Amino acid sequence: MSTAQRTEPASGPPPVSGPVRGAGRPLALRLVARPEVGVFLGALAVMVFFLVAAPTLRQGDSMATVLYQCSTIGLMALPVALLMIGGEFDLSSGVAVITSALTASMLSYQLTVNVWTGVLVSLVLSLAIGAFNGWMVVRTGLPSFLVTLGTFLILQGVNLAVTKLVTGNVATDDISDMDGFGQAKAVFASSVDIGGVQVKITVFYWLAFAALATWVLLRTKYGNWIFAVGGSKESARAVGVRVDFTKITLFMLVSFGAWFVGMHNLFAFNTVQSGEGVGQELIYIAAAVIGGCLLTGGSGSAIGPVFGAFMFGMVNQGIVFAGWNPDWFKAFLGVMLLGAVLINLWVQRTATRR
Amino acid sequence: MDRSSRSRSRRLAPVVAVAAAAALTLAGCSSDSGGKKAAEGGSGAPAGKAGTPRMTVALVTHQAPGDTFWDIVRKGAEAAAAKDNIKLVYSADPSAGTQANLVQNAVDQKVDGIALTLAKPGAMKDVVARANLAKIPVVGLNSGLSDWKKLGLLQFFGQDESVAGEALGKKLNEVGAKRIVCVIHEQGNVGLTQRCDGVRKTFSGKTETLYVNGTDRPSVQSTITAKLKQDSSLDHVVTLGAPFALTAVQSVADAGGKAKVATFDLNKDLTGAVKKGTIEFAVDQQPYLQGYLAVDSLWLYKNNGNYSGGGEQPVLTGPAFVDKSNVDRVAEFAAKGTR
Repeated sequence: MSTAQRTEPASGPPPVSGPVRGAGRPLALRLVARPEVGVFLGALAVMVFFLVAAPTLRQGDSMATVLYQCSTIGLMALPVALLMIGGEFDLSSGVAVITSALTASMLSYQLTVNVWTGVLVSLVLSLAIGAFNGWMVVRTGLPSFLVTLGTFLILQGVNLAVTKLVTGNVATDDISDMDGFGQAKAVFASSVDIGGVQVKITVFYWLAFAALATWVLLRTKYGNWIFAVGGSKESARAVGVRVDFTKITLFMLVSFGAWFVGMHNLFAFNTVQSGEGVGQELIYIAAAVIGGCLLTGGSGSAIGPVFGAFMFGMVNQGIVFAGWNPDWFKAFLGVMLLGAVLINLWVQRTATRR
Repeated sequence: MDRSSRSRSRRLAPVVAVAAAAALTLAGCSSDSGGKKAAEGGSGAPAGKAGTPRMTVALVTHQAPGDTFWDIVRKGAEAAAAKDNIKLVYSADPSAGTQANLVQNAVDQKVDGIALTLAKPGAMKDVVARANLAKIPVVGLNSGLSDWKKLGLLQFFGQDESVAGEALGKKLNEVGAKRIVCVIHEQGNVGLTQRCDGVRKTFSGKTETLYVNGTDRPSVQSTITAKLKQDSSLDHVVTLGAPFALTAVQSVADAGGKAKVATFDLNKDLTGAVKKGTIEFAVDQQPYLQGYLAVDSLWLYKNNGNYSGGGEQPVLTGPAFVDKSNVDRVAEFAAKGTR
């Protein structure tokens, strides 16, 4: 597959052009062969399909709703994708979102301090969880699937038990009347008026982070290291890539994302249910894979998962806008996703043949 | 190369961070303005303790981890246990097979009584028979209104989900609703489906169904918003759990519509919303009462041979409506997490 092209360059200048093998082919074909272009076409197809099927989707504020759903998935799909390029998984990412939200909420409420204190402590804790995941993986050499499955279960239990212990209930107390809440809400969960359409701020963060991640991947040494450690750890180490550092920071990046989305959840909904978040990790991974990240690591992009998350959110909301029989909802979702991925694959195959 | 020493300090950093965070979290726990105290105050009226011999009761439910509703059931059960000198063993699992195993576990432990929910009655049949064989009294609570007698349970405490739905449907007729959407937060859950079906039965307008992913709050919000935008003639959103009602309020605001929100079940934030008027009304099945009565009835049966409901009829704990007219009285208890 053409997607393996990223594995060879371990260090040195980052590769700028498309597939090396297909250098002689026309530009259009070379473009289409890139995984993120394939998923872009898939996402476009899904969008056009629903725009035709669901008239109410054509309004600006309906699109804003769709984009909001996409952004909360996409914000996490980004670091998850980077981690996958680096050759690792994080199954704890879904519940880590809730852990950070719970921490910030309970700390602020229990100590009656400005919510920003909770926000910062929660950031420290989240990064520590990420560092722990990374450190365990690097130190033991165990598959990250196992290590983070452990953290996933631990966090799930701790979320529930500590919330119960601290608040006496399974949900945190409403913090919306505390100092700093307004500011934090403005930062994490406000809306921006664009031509009369209220667009949630997460959409902008999502796109900005995606741009930043693309730049890091393609233009920095660290980006190169990510591809290198995901391709082959040994050869990466041989050419002087700091493998352990790269992997640990990637895990910390995921927990940073979890913190960010957790803060959004907290300031958008005022309280946090301790049992939430389970199963979300698979949605993040799905968005990254649909976006062209290889399950085996070493290949992918930051822009692909943006389209992956968009496709997922679009299908999710599109079915509602289309007013289809909701009993079939999950089945529709599965068929649409599978169809989109198949189109993506077919486009790539056709484009890279000859 | 100084690589090793640097990497050691890097390895130390997260440990220090965890420790620091843990210390801070602990500090949070020991704060005297904490909710812990309030919760302790909430667990049961300060009644005396029965002088009857110590007995053990197992309460086995189909609770999913972290559900507010079940937390209240459990508090009721704990309050009764404390008063009746009972050691309460609580266990729960949403999958029917595992729940049946937990009941079997209680039978093996030779407990003095079992209280269980019959979310999937078929799966509980065998273990209930085994408990009866071992002469362990079994009572039902919450779900299983149509099956408890068939399975040989002594008594039942709960609310018929369909009856509750029907009551809510009638109430919607009273407030003049025309088109509603019923939001199911767990696809395939029998009780939730029955609620919506009950509403549909008595409600004279049009009822639509919407499935949302209950474990992801932003997704719940955007899906309800999407539905409201897709069909702007909807005038009421009916949710089947308190957290989803509060999320639906935000969806309504986002969609810019005038739809109102009505819900099943209560929690303390919800009573605040009813007070403010952002939620029109809630139908309460009094989960605290279900847990309390189920445990207390086993004590009565053991010590005085009583059957609640005469062993023939279920004891209904709902539906009780909470709206602006009575929310103040309820809110007081909801704040303690017991209503």
